[in-house]
Amino acid sequence: MGNARDLGTSPDEVQFRFRDDEPVDHAAVTVDSCCDQTNATAVRIEPGDDARVLLPFLDRLALVEVNFPVFGDGRGYSAARILREAGYTGELRAVGDVLIDQLSHMRRCGFDSFAPDKRLDEEDAMRAFATWENVYQRAADARRTIADKRHEA
Amino acid sequence: MYRYDQYDQAMVDARVEEFRDQARRRLEGKLTEDQFKPLRLMNGLYLQLHAYMLRVAIPYGTLDARQLEMLADIADKYDRGYGHFTTRQNIQYNWIKLDDCADALADLATVEMHAIQTSGNCIRNISSDHFAGAAADEVVDPRPYAELMRQWSSFHPEFTYLPRKFKIAVIASEKDRAAMRLHDIGVRIVQRDGAIGAEFYAGGGMGRTPMIAPLIRDFVPIDQFITYAEACLRVYNRYGRRDNKYKARIKILVHELGAAEYIRQVEEEFAHMLSVGVEPPREELERIKAFFAPPPFVSSEVETQSLSTMLEANGGQGSAFGQWVRRNTHAHKAPGYVSAVISLKPAGGIPGDATSEQMRVVARLAREYSFDELRVMHTQNLLLPHVAIADLPAVWQALDAAGLGAANMDTIEDIIACPGLDYCSLANARSIPLAQRISERFAETGRTEVVGELKLKISGCINACGHHHAGHIGILGVDKKGTENYQLSLGGSEAEDVSLAKITGPGFDEDGVIAAVEKVTDVYLASRAEGERFLDTYRRIGMEPFKEALYG
Repeated sequence: MGNARDLGTSPDEVQFRFRDDEPVDHAAVTVDSCCDQTNATAVRIEPGDDARVLLPFLDRLALVEVNFPVFGDGRGYSAARILREAGYTGELRAVGDVLIDQLSHMRRCGFDSFAPDKRLDEEDAMRAFATWENVYQRAADARRTIADKRHEA
Repeated sequence: MYRYDQYDQAMVDARVEEFRDQARRRLEGKLTEDQFKPLRLMNGLYLQLHAYMLRVAIPYGTLDARQLEMLADIADKYDRGYGHFTTRQNIQYNWIKLDDCADALADLATVEMHAIQTSGNCIRNISSDHFAGAAADEVVDPRPYAELMRQWSSFHPEFTYLPRKFKIAVIASEKDRAAMRLHDIGVRIVQRDGAIGAEFYAGGGMGRTPMIAPLIRDFVPIDQFITYAEACLRVYNRYGRRDNKYKARIKILVHELGAAEYIRQVEEEFAHMLSVGVEPPREELERIKAFFAPPPFVSSEVETQSLSTMLEANGGQGSAFGQWVRRNTHAHKAPGYVSAVISLKPAGGIPGDATSEQMRVVARLAREYSFDELRVMHTQNLLLPHVAIADLPAVWQALDAAGLGAANMDTIEDIIACPGLDYCSLANARSIPLAQRISERFAETGRTEVVGELKLKISGCINACGHHHAGHIGILGVDKKGTENYQLSLGGSEAEDVSLAKITGPGFDEDGVIAAVEKVTDVYLASRAEGERFLDTYRRIGMEPFKEALYG
């Protein structure tokens, strides 16, 4: 049990944000606490957490942080899509070991803000976000896929 | 065969530029080696014992002459004039320089090829039946379904950092020529009441914990094919173990949960995914299928020739050519045609290796005699899928002249072997020299022909890249107090009669294991009943007589 105030990232730590609303500026709680506390509006998901336990509370959440303690642990990508598929429209922030070469996939899975442990080179990051002009799969970003484009009337 | 449109081409081109940029950032120190490693792996660049190895994908094993010629050019330009065909229908170059890699990838992209996801903890190249589109016994050509999966699995945003690598095979026959049930997911396209659908198996694999994949769904309607695969992968991505790399494959998840519980979770996710709507539009499969329309076979009886007539006119069954036809050709769905296997297993040679010159010969033959189509087989051979019977003599003469005429498909000379300690940093023992000595020995003694079908597979370590668990005879190289030691196992099969081989007992040194292989074939020859293969005899008489001969 850490100090609740230590949990989560502050707006200052967010390097990239693709939303216009005001960011939440208070600490996040753990998934367990979120289920117990009816007033929590920010929560942090760890790789082992089941994102689906948050589904009943999506209406009151304004920020979900998904932590990537190591970039190679890809569970957070599924967590993000699950939340978006369930209709979550609040901020979805990738935090932790977030690197240039994961940005475009994270974006596709529904992340709309990024707070990397180590600040990323802006130019490299912008290039990375724009890597894929087209995409093969349907995902959380609702982009029209290559197959959709091939067969549009 | 499938052709890229502007979208496919743009994806591959974008990937080359992305990799160039990654390599630049690595050189500038913006990426650590730990951060760079999964990125280069997902572009097929793997660090071996002596140098980088580049693994190029050949999706579902299909390529044309122009592509094989490019593979030959790459062997000459960036490597040492040869390439190595693998058990998952890829080709590997063993001596690539990091600096050249992006250029090699760019060259590949000019012929609609790539090295995307041929390594790393992601969905790998989709493999298939090497006789797809030609086999007399297939329900449909499985390749359109494999291509649909190739597109779905390429740069999948959710499944790029899986617990471990993920291999999928798609077949469409009762016969399994792709080791389908030894894949993370195996798919068999089936027909039920006139409708096409997919049988799914999950949790198979070799490696240190070999498992045969259980059936997890007997019919997925084809318009839910990708959705179901997505559900299988999501359950695995969320719950596959990440605490121990050796327990991270999906086979361990399926085993630990039990197939029934894994199925329950997949079905739940599947129902959910159906409501999300991730399936590509129905027209996409139809678009892909059109690329796989059969070539214009000559079908009139006057122009097609029967095998026996052709053989009679060309030296008969007993000639070297006749033996090659009998051994290396496979029944075709079109009358007057066969598929012809090009053995990359000359006695004493390195299994799966081909020189650039050989590749060019094969490419020319494909253009001239096989409607410009070629296949890479999981047995590390090449295949001309559609050869008119009347053209076989010319094909064989050209192959024989290029050192590619060995008549040994599915015999003890047709050995699958991993690169072993000659190349691989994981290996405990050498595989290649052992394969060379065994095939040489059996060719010299004339035993190969007497013994008939016998699949021998050699791995140089427990990661089992040489499929030793699935060999009628399997050999596993281990390190025993600093010296190479070889364990012998019997009774495996990767085919529709899939089974895992069992270890005979204590291992042998290199000479000893060669003698042991001869001894077990002695037991077989002494005990076989009419028409029995080595595997059949083993299954009937059991391990004991073999143990007795080896250790008694």
